[in-house]
Amino acid sequence: MTEFLQQLLNGLSLGAIYALIALGYTMVYGVLRFINFAHSDVFMVGAFIGFYVGERLPSGTITGGLVVLAAAMAGCAVLGILIERIVYRPLRGGPTLNVLITAIGMSLFLEYTGQLVFGATPRAFPSIFPAKVVEVHGLIISMNQVIVILVAAVLMVALEFTVYRTKIGTAMRAVALNPKAAQLVGINVDIVISFTFGLGSMLAAAGGVLYALNYPSIDPLMGVVPGLKAFVAAVLGGIGNIPGAALGALILGMVETFVDGSRWSTYKDAIAFAILIGILLFRPAGLLGRFAAEKV
Amino acid sequence: MPKPLIALIAAVLLAIGVSHFSDHIDPYYLDVITGVGINVILAVSLNLVNGYTGQFSLGHAGFMSVGAYLSAAVTLFLGPKLLGDSGGSDLAQGLVFLGALIAGGLGAALAGLAVGIPSLRLKGDYLALVTLGFGEIIRVVFQNVESLGGALGLNGIPNYTTVFWVYSFAALTVFTVVCLVRSTYGRGFLATRDDEIASESVGLNTTRYKIVAFVVGAFFAGVAGGLYGHFKLTITPTGFDFTKSIEIVVMVILGGMGNTPGVILAAILLTVLPEVLRAVDQYRMVLYSLLLIVLMLVRPKGLFNFDYAAIASRLARRLRRARG
Repeated sequence: MTEFLQQLLNGLSLGAIYALIALGYTMVYGVLRFINFAHSDVFMVGAFIGFYVGERLPSGTITGGLVVLAAAMAGCAVLGILIERIVYRPLRGGPTLNVLITAIGMSLFLEYTGQLVFGATPRAFPSIFPAKVVEVHGLIISMNQVIVILVAAVLMVALEFTVYRTKIGTAMRAVALNPKAAQLVGINVDIVISFTFGLGSMLAAAGGVLYALNYPSIDPLMGVVPGLKAFVAAVLGGIGNIPGAALGALILGMVETFVDGSRWSTYKDAIAFAILIGILLFRPAGLLGRFAAEKV
Repeated sequence: MPKPLIALIAAVLLAIGVSHFSDHIDPYYLDVITGVGINVILAVSLNLVNGYTGQFSLGHAGFMSVGAYLSAAVTLFLGPKLLGDSGGSDLAQGLVFLGALIAGGLGAALAGLAVGIPSLRLKGDYLALVTLGFGEIIRVVFQNVESLGGALGLNGIPNYTTVFWVYSFAALTVFTVVCLVRSTYGRGFLATRDDEIASESVGLNTTRYKIVAFVVGAFFAGVAGGLYGHFKLTITPTGFDFTKSIEIVVMVILGGMGNTPGVILAAILLTVLPEVLRAVDQYRMVLYSLLLIVLMLVRPKGLFNFDYAAIASRLARRLRRARG
């Protein structure tokens, strides 16, 4: 029983990180109908900003940790908006294949420029939050796990508020529903898309810092695997659907943790793809998504 | 005799010729020439899927690895039994190698069928991701199969790949793809790419076209993998990862999707350039990625996407005028 609870906790904190990344995929897909491949590399850049800021701050304090998080989120928001403005906007409305190739190109560009700038060797991430481990009835709870779950929960509530209770959030939902109609009622679609990229990148940056806290070594290719898995989570929940992304991420985090603890652990990395293929075959709209027929 | 067939026979004869003199060629150049040929096979076969049929696959390296492993397994485990202790004559070795390559190709084609049937119901971004996912699953599986070397890969593969084999198969690949696309049947590939809904409404089975393209592409990727394994003599699962797939995709896009001569040129260029630019090797992937972005923004049809038929006929006309 204790072991089960332990795995549940580990799965929850992994799922929370996946959720932060998956939300960015799903929001961008919602407004632009394309997969932002470079999102997983924004996640990586977030971790590196956290690394450089964290080194300069006294380690092991809550305030210091929050400053690091805020810095990474701000930096990545700017990066996300710039990527959209410079690379994706000129192609908007073009053939989907071209946009897809550009997104893959952007992703590779961030990864390999990262290797040149940051160096390809993995680095140890500073422990920016106080490292403490509490044991409750044999259950090992690390401070980092608590922080991951808390920060993710706060950010998701904030996101929920932004999307459903503010003007810009309403505009976002309108653009996701129908960009042309949104423009007709006076919504500036460009600003909404920039905002969406900024918001998604912020969440990814937070995910990057939290991921680096729990798996304390970072390198320029660190985003690839979590990024793919977060994408799977977004599809699992129904891409374009915000609660769906969070739900999918939690399920994926749990499944992966339990597989990791079983004798199939070497196949851990293949599980996400097996889920992706399964969901696309049997329920392509995802768990919470609604199927839309393609019209001519 | 139809023109493509003449070209095919000429290319095979040329390959035999070059192979015959290969002892007199500097081994380094021979290496580069072999690498170019293998990449031509990969790029042209991927072009059938990505270019002519418009299905964006990111898993070509996965099929290549299936072919590489299967053919290496044939020559490593089955070869000694067939050839005996003496190692067999050149002809016997050649036959075993041919069998190994075809086995590798068929294995990859089978994998292509298994991947294609479920995933080709998807489009665009999803398809790209699922093929990427399958590529990764194949890699994880190879890493876990102990009899195939696990994470360490297979070593001591016999050195069978020669210029003859590589260029014969490269010619065969180009021949197959060109003839397939130009045939009445092959018009379906182009129709599927240009407008899937319209093709379906005139009664084309677009799913079948996609699967055929996928399986044929995977077959040649498998053959290329077999050639690669018997050329490098050692294969590891990580050698066929995402970056390898991207490299092939860049060749197809640079050459112009659905443009075989352009893709061949791009494959040659992208194999030779890194050799020439050894000094800036660390910038290679940065350059590739920038190339992808800039090409899509400025010249989405590729760098070498010219109307080759028109150029050829103009040249012929000029020649005739000069003579007459």
